[in-house]
Amino acid sequence: MKHDLHCKEILAQLSDYIDSELATCLCAEIEAHLDSCPDCQVMVDTLRKTVTLYRQCPPDELPADVRARLHKVLRLEERSAD
Amino acid sequence: MSDETDTLQKLRAGDARAFNVLVDSYSPRVYRLALSMLNDPAEAEDALQETFLSVYRGLQTFRGDSGLGTWIYRIATNASLMRLRRRRDLVSLDEAPEDGSEPQIAQPVTAWAWDPEESALNGEIRQAMAQAVATLPEAMRIVFLLRDVEDMPAAEVAETLGLTVAAVKSRLHRSRLILRDRLNAYFAAAEGRG
Repeated sequence: MKHDLHCKEILAQLSDYIDSELATCLCAEIEAHLDSCPDCQVMVDTLRKTVTLYRQCPPDELPADVRARLHKVLRLEERSAD
Repeated sequence: MSDETDTLQKLRAGDARAFNVLVDSYSPRVYRLALSMLNDPAEAEDALQETFLSVYRGLQTFRGDSGLGTWIYRIATNASLMRLRRRRDLVSLDEAPEDGSEPQIAQPVTAWAWDPEESALNGEIRQAMAQAVATLPEAMRIVFLLRDVEDMPAAEVAETLGLTVAAVKSRLHRSRLILRDRLNAYFAAAEGRG
């Protein structure tokens, strides 16, 4: 697969495009290109999935020992403030 | 009275129970942010403790201009940034990774059969995601973590890191392209295994 100049220009705008931060006319131009370029369609789809993956990923539970030490430090602080 | 205003009143009145609830609500995200920024569990724990000590000490003067969560993440970010700046091998956060070159496209571009909207995140995917983030250059990684993982608005990321919004967007875009490439390789290999 070889990307032409237009694909590179589209690629540079893709984050703004998936974040809905592009002017309407630019969106229309990108969408017209996507209709005729399967490679760029895949790029948009997989870039969007990448962002979704990270945004929806909940944090792990805090390790029990880390939590215990955190609360201990905070209890000491509370006592010293009393 | 909103829940947050109510919580804030209790916290300012020294309600220990409310403070514990606050700590348990926010500490997993704060720890993840610190660990992802610092790549060091011991330093991340120090940053976590420092964050909540600062929160405890700052509650009386917190004006509430931003939400409690935003305020806590900003303190957490600064606690990790301070540690990063102490490291001698730190790539300056002010150094632009924008070298003028165009983002590269990994070859080949292949669709992912996996759909994040429909499938649960298993441990293996989470590990691949964490490893991918760890490979990002530091100055890009921090922007990505704040903007896409912690959902901080671009203007706020810019203000926190002392960057322009344009620089934040540029680093974010490059980070996303790199991560897409890494995950693309992971999904291609996973599909090959079957």
